[in-house]
Amino acid sequence: MQTPNIAIECHHVAVVFRNRTSEQQVLDHLDISVPRGQIVSLLGPSGCGKSTLLRVVAGLITPASGAITIEGKSVEASRDKLAFVFQEAALLPWRTVWQNVKLPWEIRGAQSGSKQPAPSKDQLREAIEKTLTLVGFKPTDWHKKPSQLSGGMKMRASIARALITQPNILLLDEPFAALDDMLRSKLNDLLLEIVSQTGCTMLFVTHNISEAIYLSHRVAVMSHGKIADTIDVDLPFPRESGVRGTPAFAGLYGQVADSLARSNP
Amino acid sequence: MNRTPPLWLRVLAPIAVFGLVAAIWHLAVVLFRIPPVILPKPEAVISALWSERWTLLKGSWVTLQASMLGLLCSAIVGCTVAILFSQSSLLRTALYPYVIFLQTVPIVAIAPLLIIWSGTEFRTVVLVSCIISVFPIISNVTSGLLSIDENHLDLFRMQSASRWKTLLKLRIPSAIPNLVLGLRISCGLSVIGAIVGELFVANSGAYDGLGTIMNAMQANLKTAALMAAIMACTLLGILLFLFVQFLGAVVLRKWTRDAGFEAP
Repeated sequence: MQTPNIAIECHHVAVVFRNRTSEQQVLDHLDISVPRGQIVSLLGPSGCGKSTLLRVVAGLITPASGAITIEGKSVEASRDKLAFVFQEAALLPWRTVWQNVKLPWEIRGAQSGSKQPAPSKDQLREAIEKTLTLVGFKPTDWHKKPSQLSGGMKMRASIARALITQPNILLLDEPFAALDDMLRSKLNDLLLEIVSQTGCTMLFVTHNISEAIYLSHRVAVMSHGKIADTIDVDLPFPRESGVRGTPAFAGLYGQVADSLARSNP
Repeated sequence: MNRTPPLWLRVLAPIAVFGLVAAIWHLAVVLFRIPPVILPKPEAVISALWSERWTLLKGSWVTLQASMLGLLCSAIVGCTVAILFSQSSLLRTALYPYVIFLQTVPIVAIAPLLIIWSGTEFRTVVLVSCIISVFPIISNVTSGLLSIDENHLDLFRMQSASRWKTLLKLRIPSAIPNLVLGLRISCGLSVIGAIVGELFVANSGAYDGLGTIMNAMQANLKTAALMAAIMACTLLGILLFLFVQFLGAVVLRKWTRDAGFEAP
């Protein structure tokens, strides 16, 4: 039943948002599975439930029914192995970049619940340095506050904060929606670089078709709380920006755009 | 088009208004033959300000101490209450009406009671100042502790943060700007509270803040000196306001803009 090679498995997951006057089925008995080490993009119009699905996987929303398993275990038991990148960088404004990246370990501290042993002071410093360098931070910017950074740098810091706990699974909620195309494509390459270095699994929410194809092994098109279609992306890794100009890419683009239009008329 | 007037005009215009008002005041006193006990001439007030300078300075110093201590107490009490409120919605629902009650009950009405309880002493003045200035701190800091960015909360939830860690590392730092705002509103109130308190502890002889001095001046019909004392009260209020304003600006700047100095 459960193969260890499945990183995320959602089975008949349903989420209903209620308020006084109405009820909305945000996720409608949805099934999806993400193999370990793969990148899957969730694509769909606003309100189709893609962000909600991500938050359910993160354990931030408890589904009304259905089951989610992360590497064969419950979401609660796998929290240590998950990291979330928010749509806004969501850095704490009073902390420097360095202190922001350090935060997850400060919160975990010596908490009894965590499975991973906390790193020593020296190990942590080394890890922060390595992570900040990986996401492209120069040492001169390590001790700046978020208000002194550009949007792209804030997002890099936010990614570094997600990576610092060495997660097996990265959940990203439209992280680059507010950035311009140049920056977006740079950060897409950064994500691919991170995945190839760390081997982590990624669930990526976006509404940008080109970004979804470029990053993923598989694109899942969502509509009204369900996965309407999945399209395998048969482009070789490592990917380079040049691939966007190839006929194969254009073909995939057409296929995904068609599917999106069909499922969300 | 609304252009900012040049600097010389911005300095000169208010001074001109002051001169004009003083001139009209002087003329009115002379023309209508108003006795100095009712309304002294402006120059009499200025000269009273000079002749009573030591009394007024000493009184201002006492009142300043009382209002700063009152403000400090209300900051400590206000933050403590706000933190308790942020941790329990039951506590909040149960006690918030009384906090509003504290705000709406005219402090002048309970000052006599406080004097019976606490005596005609310095600490009573501090108490009145604290009670009068605590509400803006409670309400501002509580709202700061509770209105936390959803993403930040999710970030802490993802790390299974305890309630204590969330309070310490997220809620309290987030509420610092609200505390500064609360202090800005409260500092004026703390001066008012101290002077009101002093007006009531008067006549004991053991205490000589601005309020007590004013009581004595009123009893002796020293109107010019009384007006000079009013000016001293105003100056004191402005002074404390500027101090808190400056402190707040420095703290806020350090808080979110300046780079950190902590060695990694």
